Amino acid sequence: MLRVHDLSVDSTGRRLLDQVSFELAAGEQVGVVGSSGAGKSQLVAALLGLTAPGLVVSGSVQVEGTEVVGAGPAVWHPLRGRATALVAQDPATALDPLTRVGRQVALPLRARGVGRREAARRADALLAEVGLPGTARRFPSQLSGGQRQRVALALALVGAPRLLVADEPTSALDPTVQAGVLDLVDRVTGPGLAALLLVTHDLAVAARLCTRLLVLDAGRLVLDGPVADVLGDPLVADVVAASRALAVTR
Amino acid sequence: MSALLEATGLTRRYGHVTALDDVSVHLAAGERVAVVGESGSGKSTLARLLLALDTPDAGTVALDGRPVRPGSARSTRWFRRRVQTVPQDPGRSFNPRMRVGDAVAEPLACLRVHGDHSARVAELLVAVGLEPDAARRWPHEFSGGQRQRLAIARALAPRPDVLVADEPVSALDVVVRLQVVELLAQLSAAEGLALLVVSHDLGVVQHLCDRVLVLDAGRVVEQGPVGEVFGAPAHPVTARLLDAVPTLAAVVS
Repeated sequence: MLRVHDLSVDSTGRRLLDQVSFELAAGEQVGVVGSSGAGKSQLVAALLGLTAPGLVVSGSVQVEGTEVVGAGPAVWHPLRGRATALVAQDPATALDPLTRVGRQVALPLRARGVGRREAARRADALLAEVGLPGTARRFPSQLSGGQRQRVALALALVGAPRLLVADEPTSALDPTVQAGVLDLVDRVTGPGLAALLLVTHDLAVAARLCTRLLVLDAGRLVLDGPVADVLGDPLVADVVAASRALAVTR
Repeated sequence: MSALLEATGLTRRYGHVTALDDVSVHLAAGERVAVVGESGSGKSTLARLLLALDTPDAGTVALDGRPVRPGSARSTRWFRRRVQTVPQDPGRSFNPRMRVGDAVAEPLACLRVHGDHSARVAELLVAVGLEPDAARRWPHEFSGGQRQRLAIARALAPRPDVLVADEPVSALDVVVRLQVVELLAQLSAAEGLALLVVSHDLGVVQHLCDRVLVLDAGRVVEQGPVGEVFGAPAHPVTARLLDAVPTLAAVVS
């Protein structure tokens, strides 16, 4: 599904991502963890062709066999939304504030030639699926943060992508709202469904959804393995210890 | 236990929405109290009222029995010397063009606190685990965790009796978050500082606080010692919050 080899991102005189290699199988649920500045968001950007201008991406990323490093819009057009889709961190800035959410979710379908009524019907069904029935006529500002993140998820799912990339999808949300969004992500990804690449700094969130973890540190991939093995590795001992110290005991 | 900071019957409405509905809370010297609740439950409104940054529609806030209302710098100076705040986002709470020593000394100047300000700044920087010569540097030279330590140093400058902090560590990575939580706990124990912490991070609450107040739709639905409330939540909102926290326990033992 996804094959990454020696992927690097360079700023002038500074390497932000350093020769990262890994593969992701169809339906696999993989977490990407690491502290601030470890390169998590740079990895997501490089994988999806969203690296900021001025940064240099080298190495190889193959999405279902198509090389996308250095690829232009013509290569990305058939992949975006269908092979890959992104749920960004901040639900407040991911949506168009001036467009009703039903229309936003329907737009990718319209762009693909689906008729107006059919697109609207499918958008309504998808909004109901993410737990927001009857909200199609609302504007993003009329929804809470958790509801907006559900809309962003509906928008990512509308093209039935085979890989869902979620960059800190719940870090702006309260625990109960977070739990709802995580349940939803878990429901739509996994074996037989879309693959998941979940970026988070919260080990507990990663452990809740993923079977495999990638650990980034200072731009390098330092660990890659099953969740339990990675959490038991001395390299992440300080993070695990701090997470456990700040865990709720009842 | 006599209350140092005491709020009685606080109500705050925004248009048709009652953000806070008849909430009372008291804080004794050295006590560490948490306010938890879901988004929109009134946590931040309560923090703003307790800091006299906003005027309640009903109810009062008093320090040592003396009521406080938002007002001019002069009229609230007595209150601000004793009740300080640590803001949520260390990235945005410092003037990028003011050296951190001046930023930490600012409350001393604007609250007209007497004494040697630069000596006090050096002492504060050491107290929060930074080098005294950090004073000459600029905010952008510090990491998020270091800037949050600076924000704590600035809040402590006028030797307050109470710190009110709205999500003081939620912007930090877990390793740094634990360090800052331990710093707050240690400063509170050493100086008899009372803490009122608003947080959606129940782990931080458990690590740092003695007592917890659970808000739902602007009302206090449960309160008590953290161990009792988290161990046997009496209200469904509390149970829901606790159940929602993802844990590592299932994976690492």
